[in-house]
Amino acid sequence: MNALVIAEVKNKEVKLSTHATITAALKVSQQVDVLVMGDDVAAATSLIASLAGVRKVLGCTDGKFKHLMGEDVASVVVSIAKAYQFIFAPANVFGKDFMPRVAAKLDVSQVSDVVDIIDQKTFVRPIYAGNAFITVESSDEIKLVTIRTTSFSTELANVAPVTIEQISTPALFAKKEVLSVDEIKNDRPELNTAKVVVSGGRGLGSKENFDGLLIPLADKLKAALGASRAAVDAGYVQNDLQVGQTGKIVAPELYIAIGISGAIQHLAGMKDSKVIVAINKDKDAPIFSIADYGLVGDLNEVIPALTARL
Amino acid sequence: MKVLVCIKKVVDSNVKIRVKADGSGVDVTGAKMSMNPYDEIAIEEAVRLKEKGIATEVIAITCGDQGSTETLRNALAIGADSAVLVETGMDLQPLAIAKTLTKVNASINADLIFFGKQAIDDDSNQTGQMFAALNDFPQATNISEITIADRVAIVKREVDGGVENVKLQLPAVLTTDLRLNEPRFVTLPNIMKAKKKEIRVVPNAEVQMTNQSRLTVKNYFEPKGREPGIILSSVEELVEKLKNA
Repeated sequence: MNALVIAEVKNKEVKLSTHATITAALKVSQQVDVLVMGDDVAAATSLIASLAGVRKVLGCTDGKFKHLMGEDVASVVVSIAKAYQFIFAPANVFGKDFMPRVAAKLDVSQVSDVVDIIDQKTFVRPIYAGNAFITVESSDEIKLVTIRTTSFSTELANVAPVTIEQISTPALFAKKEVLSVDEIKNDRPELNTAKVVVSGGRGLGSKENFDGLLIPLADKLKAALGASRAAVDAGYVQNDLQVGQTGKIVAPELYIAIGISGAIQHLAGMKDSKVIVAINKDKDAPIFSIADYGLVGDLNEVIPALTARL
Repeated sequence: MKVLVCIKKVVDSNVKIRVKADGSGVDVTGAKMSMNPYDEIAIEEAVRLKEKGIATEVIAITCGDQGSTETLRNALAIGADSAVLVETGMDLQPLAIAKTLTKVNASINADLIFFGKQAIDDDSNQTGQMFAALNDFPQATNISEITIADRVAIVKREVDGGVENVKLQLPAVLTTDLRLNEPRFVTLPNIMKAKKKEIRVVPNAEVQMTNQSRLTVKNYFEPKGREPGIILSSVEELVEKLKNA
């Protein structure tokens, strides 16, 4: 049984989602190959070639892969899919874009956002914002799985490097073009993988307050910043910091929810955090029902006091 | 320019669902049903394109039982011109829906096909991309802005760490994100008008929808709840807890 993992590489850096996806693939197969695509992935391929459990790395390089399009990832994956019984990708913006295309082209189903793998055909995944889980059995010959990265370990030992094989690029997709990417500079730890997340909601009242109260606290804790949908909609922070059912799913060691009431859609994105702290002025806020430690009070007083004492 | 908007009836986002005691499914009896919120954003955007004179016709489509007619009426009340119900009692998986929509679109030939980026019941996030692949159409997922010019769509996609500006040749598939727009409130006169609009019913036999039973749900279960926490009385106490955590 052979498994293929699609690596996520951005700005030449191997994302930890790749490690989690390899861990997941190793649960069903000991023959795990990793496909790496990009315009310059030499460093990434050699890094991945040294990760324990990887059998072979497939490099696919093209100048046009500077901004990788789901259409092109899908056609490369489809071109080599027949050699595999499993194809794994992370269930994030990257994997969600191309995996369903692969599924449709191969005429197989896809199991999305898998949190647990029972055996080679049985997977567990959340539905209804994580308020229920289903155990799904797949009878497809090639099993296509996207995994929830926070559910699988990113710790892989380093070993002697395995073979790196270059594969050719199939005809590229011509009906679409990435014109540019407006990047938002962010020097903080990444939200997906941070050990500590400081997250703010509508209770902060304004962008000034969000920045003024949360950034010093996050700096002190070396934390990533997160936000509720309400805070994103109100323009306090950019979209990719939204934690929740259809935003980022996080599971840090410590999640501090500040001025977040705790709609089920938000809880879906953070309730697997190890320790949850909720700070809110409303003692009846639903967030307190899942918090390990709750503190009721005025954010303008509590947050600076907390930051000062840490 | 014809716009097709693919929508789904789901349990309302404010309803907290329960798994049936025997683990055979999710209990949705009597639960309030609504249009999937992302699909509502998709309809709204299509109608705005028509109001701007860019789209000439907006068609809403869904696969489901008779109960889905209400969801289509809602789309018509927002401003869609007509609707199609592909009638089935089956709980269809994304690939089956994408194939069905492909069959129906063969006679519609839409220039732009909208999907919500994700349905909030099964959270699969697949159907739009599958439809695009089956038709070899370009796709842009998670879009937050759209401009149409001369058989081309220029869109902004929400990606990690920023926004991607993408150009797609029509016909193209777009899946909507939250920031694209805020759907309007439906007014009573528009609800009345919607009742007169056409809903074409396509019987299952015509499109031969089937799941081919590739994914079988073995059981449903609820997540383990968290241990109840404690409410602290001061910042000092919280600092103490954090230091020991």
